[in-house]
Parts: sequence; structure tokens; C-alpha cells
Amino acid sequence: MSWCCCNSVCTSSSRQLLATSDLSSIPSRVSNVGLQQKRSLHGVPKVFAYYGLKTPPYKLDALEPYMSQKMLEVHWGEHHCGYVEALNKQLEKNDMLYGCTMDELIKVTYNNGNPLPEFGVAAQVWNHDFFWESMKPGGGDMPKLGLLQLIEKDFGSFTNFKEKFIEAALTLFGSGWIWLVLNREEKRLAIIKTSNAVNPLVWNDIPLIGLDLWEHAYYLDYKNDKANYVNVFMNHLVSWDAALGRMARAQAFVNLGEPKIPVA
Amino acid sequence: MALRTLVTKRTVAAGLGFRQQLRGLQTFSLPDLPYDYGALEPAISGDIMQLHHQKHHQTYITNYNKALEQLDDAISKGDANTVAKLHSALKFNGGGHINHSIFWKNLAPVREGGGEPPKGSLGWAIDTNFGSVEALVKKMNAEGAALQGSGWVWLGVDKELKRLVIETTANQDPLVSKGANLVPLLGIDVWEHAYYLQYKNVRPDYLKNIWKVINWKYANDVYEKECP
Repeated sequence: MSWCCCNSVCTSSSRQLLATSDLSSIPSRVSNVGLQQKRSLHGVPKVFAYYGLKTPPYKLDALEPYMSQKMLEVHWGEHHCGYVEALNKQLEKNDMLYGCTMDELIKVTYNNGNPLPEFGVAAQVWNHDFFWESMKPGGGDMPKLGLLQLIEKDFGSFTNFKEKFIEAALTLFGSGWIWLVLNREEKRLAIIKTSNAVNPLVWNDIPLIGLDLWEHAYYLDYKNDKANYVNVFMNHLVSWDAALGRMARAQAFVNLGEPKIPVA
Repeated sequence: MALRTLVTKRTVAAGLGFRQQLRGLQTFSLPDLPYDYGALEPAISGDIMQLHHQKHHQTYITNYNKALEQLDDAISKGDANTVAKLHSALKFNGGGHINHSIFWKNLAPVREGGGEPPKGSLGWAIDTNFGSVEALVKKMNAEGAALQGSGWVWLGVDKELKRLVIETTANQDPLVSKGANLVPLLGIDVWEHAYYLQYKNVRPDYLKNIWKVINWKYANDVYEKECP
């Protein structure tokens, strides 16, 4: 369910009113869901649209035994929720940023490499939404169809891509994320490392898969064994379906060449 | 820049752990903790101390040694490209070793003086620079909580200006990366691995409690050496 509060069409899916059926799984700490009304000086209600905590597209125990329910309860229910609450609090103070879609908010607050204070929380809200959707129960395996062809074209083989992805994850210093993106300018796939909250949207690239490498993303389940976590993600959690969907959408923005028409 | 970093590492290395000679290259090994893993409870759990010391710190040392060997090799071959490439691995893993070695000395069990407020010239300097130890603690906790991602919050002394400073560094950057004259007195690790198993995402609680096991005696000793 998506809801637009500004005149421009909302392309970001992160702005959502929570479906009522999901309410039971929301931790009670979530506040500021959806619409809030405040009275301005003249008694006319001023409407602020805020961000809500989006639920992952699966139950919190659905990723066991690869990502425990406890892990998800803390990561989603406390970290992600905390980011959303912090973002809402910061937006209250800043009229200038009101009315942006999440994607715009991230680009504007990134400020070309000199991030404003809202950037950290805004980007982390987006990153975590993206992360939950990059995984699914029974994930892993291999991508199919056009995405597999593109991976084979740009990395040689799926195995090579997987090795490069895992290597990138293990050589990231500090907190950050690993992404498989479609580079808009070069029209090819790439693996990107980012620090802290930065994501490929700031460079106008289109992310297809995101992996959270902040320690909080794996510490409860894997302690310091990052290699195990990354391998498990690739083998059992990553949702190539989601990636394929994002790829299909990306093709509306990036021309990847003429379709092959069979001759006779 | 790479050269200065190398020199810093070599001179700082003088105080760290044991050194082994390997083809003339000095490598490092894990220093022992001066207390049991469980001795800092309940401020920091024994599980965290054990993982932090045996796994995290050890990994930094292992990777630092590996990078040093590769560097030695590249230097002897005149391979400037590889030397440049190793820069970030040396800074990260070397910094991790330096910082954690200081960190273990910054902590002490309560029965060995952990948490006792600073006496001597450091206590006086804190009152002059910050007003009181409480004010210092409050400021450091605020900076530590506000740090995004991974890093450290430090109480240091500028040995030229003879002034106390509070600084934060990102990832495993040592304090000297914020100023060549800065000497670390106390460092608090705010990487998530330092507190996650016990405090989850509530970093402010970790910061509040760690002061109960801070070893002010060590900080005072370092301070008196730099500012006699």
C-alpha cells in the first residue's frame, strides 16, 4: 500500500502507511505512523507527513536458521525503528526537507559528499527497507533469465561474481554496506562498497542487492565470524527474485541495448 | 603520508606486546590482559571481553602481520604500486592493534582501582580544562554516542600545547591521525562489537557503565610522563 502526500508522483516505495494486518507484528515503540496533525497559529491544521516503519515481507522467524528471530527483532525492531523515529524527529525541525520523497531526501542531505545531519538516519531507513527486501525465506540459489545473463556478461560467470561479492564484503573496513548495482552511465553491473550509511543512490546508480555489514547485522548470530554471515547470505538468504524485479524496473531508466529479435 | 604512518607505527610499536624477528621484520602478537575476562563484570561481560580480545584483537594482529610481510616484500622489490595498495590495510589493522592494546590498559577491575576518580596532576588538569570529571565524562559520552558507524572516543593530551583534548576517530584510526602531537590517555571503543552482546543497540548505557572500570591510574601515569 503506498500513499502520496505531495503533488509529485511518489516513486519511492519506502513511504507507506502500514497495512492494518501488519499492525500486530509492530513493536509497540513505533510512533508517528502516517499522518500527524498539528495546529498552527491560526488554528488551521498543518499536516506533516512522516515516515513509518515498513515491515519486512516475511515473518520475523521466517529466515531461521540463517538469521534468527531474535536478530531480526533487535535489528528491525530496535535499530531500524530507532532510525525511523530519529528521522521523524529531525524532520519536525526542518521544513525545508518536508515534501521530499525518500530518494530525494537522501540525495539532498548527502549534499555532494558533505552530508547534512539528516543524511545518516534517512539513508539508514532506506538501506534497511532495501535490505529486508533483498532477502527472502528459501533464498540463495542463482538468479535467472536476463539478470543471470547480465551477470555472466559483466562478471564472466555467476561463480566469479559470487567470489568477488564475498571478497568485497570481507575487505570492507568498518561499518558499511555491499551492493550489487546497475551503473547508469556505464550500463553495466558493479559491486560497490559503501561506508556507514552511504548508498549508491547518491551516485545515481540503481541498487539491485544490498548487504548490511554493520556489526549489528550479524553479531548476535555469528559473533565476529563475518565470513560465515556473508556466505550464508549468498547461499541461503539473498532474494534474486527481488533483484530481478528491480532490474526490470531499472530497464525503464537505463537502455541496455536492443532486444534480440530471432531471425525467421 | 604513507611514510609518516609507517614511522608512527614503528615507534609506537615499542610499547606493544612481544615482537618476533622474521627475516628482520618485526611482527606482533597478542598482549595478555592484566586481568581475567570476567573481572570487569557487570560493566562489561566476560563473553564480550573474551571475544573482543581473542578474536577481534587477534584478527587485527594477524592481518597486520600479513600486511607488514607483504609490505616488506614489496619494498624490497621496489613495487610502489603494492606499497600504495597496502596503505589502507596497514592503517586499519595496525590502528586496530594500537588502539586495542591501549584499551586493555585503560580498563581495570573495580578491586584494582577501576572507576576510582583520577588523583594527581591529571585530576587537576581535568578540573582546569573541563570543570570536573563529571563534565568530562558527560562530554565524552555525548561524543561517543553521536559517533556514526564505528570508531573510538579519546581523552588525549596535546604534548606541545600541554592541553587535554577530547577527540573521536573513525574505524581504527589511531588518535595520532587527528594530530601528530596528540597522545592518548583514555580510549573507549564504540565499535558495536565492544558492547553489542550485552547492551544491544543502547550505546549510551555502555558508555555510562564503562566508567566504573576505567583505569584512571594508567591515564595519570601517561599524562605525568608527557606533562611532568
